[in-house]
Amino acid sequence: MRKKIDDLIEEIDRRTGLHTGLRKFLYEEIPASSGWHQVFGSVALFMIMIQFFTGILLAFNYAPTPGDAYSSVRYIVTEVTAGRLMRGLHHWGASMIIVIVVLHMVQVFLWGAYKKPRESTWIVGVILLLLTLAYGLTGYLLPWDNRAYWGTVVTTQIGATVPVMGPYVSRLLASTGDIGVVTFARFYGLHVLLLPPLTMLLIGFHVFLVRRHGVAPVPGDEAKAKKSFFPEQVFKDTVAVFIAFIILFVMAVAVRVPLERMADPTDTSYIPRPEWYFLFLFQTLKVFEGPLEVVGTVVLPTLAILALILTPFIDHSRIVRLRQRTLAFGIVVLAALGWGGLTLAAVKSTPPQTAASQIDFSGPTQWMQLSPAEMAGVAYYRQENCATCHNVVGDTPKTGPNLVNTARRHDADWMMTHFKAPGTVTPGSAMTPVNLTDAQLKDLLALMVKLTPDNAEVVDSAPAFATAGALIFQKNNCGTCHSVNGVGGKIGPVLNGLDNRRSEAWVIEHFQNPQKMSPKTPMPPYKFPDPDMQNEVSYLMTLPDKAPSQ
Amino acid sequence: MRFCIRRRVLYYDVLPLEKNHHPMTNPTTTDSNSGEFLVTTRRTFHLAAIYVLGALISLALAIPTVIYLLVPPKGRKQSAFIDAGDISQLTPGQPVELSFQQERLDGWRLETEKKTAWVVKGADNKVVAFGPQCTHLGCAYHWEAGMNLFVCPCHGSDFALDGKVLAGPAPRPLDRYATKIENNRLQIGELKQSAPQA
Repeated sequence: MRKKIDDLIEEIDRRTGLHTGLRKFLYEEIPASSGWHQVFGSVALFMIMIQFFTGILLAFNYAPTPGDAYSSVRYIVTEVTAGRLMRGLHHWGASMIIVIVVLHMVQVFLWGAYKKPRESTWIVGVILLLLTLAYGLTGYLLPWDNRAYWGTVVTTQIGATVPVMGPYVSRLLASTGDIGVVTFARFYGLHVLLLPPLTMLLIGFHVFLVRRHGVAPVPGDEAKAKKSFFPEQVFKDTVAVFIAFIILFVMAVAVRVPLERMADPTDTSYIPRPEWYFLFLFQTLKVFEGPLEVVGTVVLPTLAILALILTPFIDHSRIVRLRQRTLAFGIVVLAALGWGGLTLAAVKSTPPQTAASQIDFSGPTQWMQLSPAEMAGVAYYRQENCATCHNVVGDTPKTGPNLVNTARRHDADWMMTHFKAPGTVTPGSAMTPVNLTDAQLKDLLALMVKLTPDNAEVVDSAPAFATAGALIFQKNNCGTCHSVNGVGGKIGPVLNGLDNRRSEAWVIEHFQNPQKMSPKTPMPPYKFPDPDMQNEVSYLMTLPDKAPSQ
Repeated sequence: MRFCIRRRVLYYDVLPLEKNHHPMTNPTTTDSNSGEFLVTTRRTFHLAAIYVLGALISLALAIPTVIYLLVPPKGRKQSAFIDAGDISQLTPGQPVELSFQQERLDGWRLETEKKTAWVVKGADNKVVAFGPQCTHLGCAYHWEAGMNLFVCPCHGSDFALDGKVLAGPAPRPLDRYATKIENNRLQIGELKQSAPQA
């Protein structure tokens, strides 16, 4: 049997050379000094394969046109089984590639492995680093949520400031006017059609060059016997790949990749932020203002890339021991400090995101459909700790019955009496009376009636600013004049879609001084103290654009 | 220790060494006191680790991939019955074509489709809703009041008021929707294929 398999392999090898080729690849001789510090190249290669793999899987459920793109990403993370994991792997994989590629470069830099005759290997590596960043930039737009849209607005505007080339860059990315369907198509095309084959070609060339010149030795290696790449170095590479994969997998499972609301080109209050690895550039831009802006957007990045490409020609001395490369260490430490400082400054100067932009649309959003009374009911449900004794979702054993069904079996009067004096309608009930006013109990009742097995999770998922906002809304009887989600008076304007019409600052001003903002309005002023004002405005600004159809 | 040596030979077969490294040409490798032995156990360990870690990564990717591609998506809940209108005005024995809007979940899209049904109130006031397509090849049939028949224009299939095939190539009676009546309004559910006519 074994002989037969050997013969078969032999026969196939004679015709294809596969076996000989693999053997030649694996038994490549490497210097005696090779070891753990050289694993990063393999890890980077592995990570890019993960990106190709998860990218293809995402494409199986993704519609590359604005609007549908957003819905399909939402479909992937909320409805497709393991879809959230796949998006997590792709998203965090992108961040990890940056980290690993940089570590790979730092290692090569410190060891001086870019020196003659390996200059071309280094330059191809620098191009691969730029391609990695291009992936990040183009992939950022593809979920088509607010974050993607506004982030891309900033990026393309920076591209437009490049002297001479700027207008052509804009035209190439179809971003001259607004970011739109054509921009999207260009970014998608770059991300999935142009960049991957280009990356594969360059990685192939990169690896070919590594093989052609051999792994860079250190002084002293020439006196020692060479080692074989397989299995010892392959073992080290595999361990490193495994560790990287575990980190990635844990991140993909544990850290949610948020999906904000669908891209809204009219949302001028949105504060765009680039991905963390671009923050240092973003911070650099702030230093240069007016006519100097071009220094931050073009001159410095170009100089940095040139410096990287020219590194092997600037430092063309012989390869020396790691310990003697103090200048190289100094440069790496300085670069790390500079990068870290700029990133930290950018993070620190980030204004807090508005409540609206923090809503995760990849999670449940049914709470957005609640009326103010029902939403206030959620606040009372939490305030009175109803969940200690009752379930609405799940089936943990608890003292009281599941409320979703209970409220449907009884009428409003029964429920009100039960809230106030449980014993009178349910003899022997262990429930303590709910200590709320009649008006407040009505809100709680509204919620109880609204709950179904499908929407009961709202008691957990409604954000605190929304329940707080609804409490204020109810307390001040805003519903007498205004309608929210189809409930309320018709004297004042419908509040759904307020965020499309007004800015947050305008709404706050309007609360404090209605006549100043809209003369002739009968609305009295409301001078809510903070944080009430902020909660109220956040609540109103995150209402759905249209009242849900009943 | 014997076991380790055997394992090494096994891996060796998968990925042969260069001829001069061939462990079998050097019988001292089985001598546990020699340095060669240490080399081979190290090698065995390295090989085992490569395969085990590689297999773990492959599994951690393959299992979610199979789930992602093969498990049907959760989908949003849709109501089983759709309101098709008031039926209190229907004349017994007089079929009427009613149309209704049905929401259909198509991946991430919720499509609204116009659907129709031929609705007949029987003598016993029971209401039947037929699917609008002929059971032969799916043509739209219609009610011929003069002939008291459902007539398919394509290949001349005729159906009686109760859906039975009276003439033509149709293999089975007209398909029926699941129905229920709430407050005199017809609620239409799933279309069920009828059994072939004997």
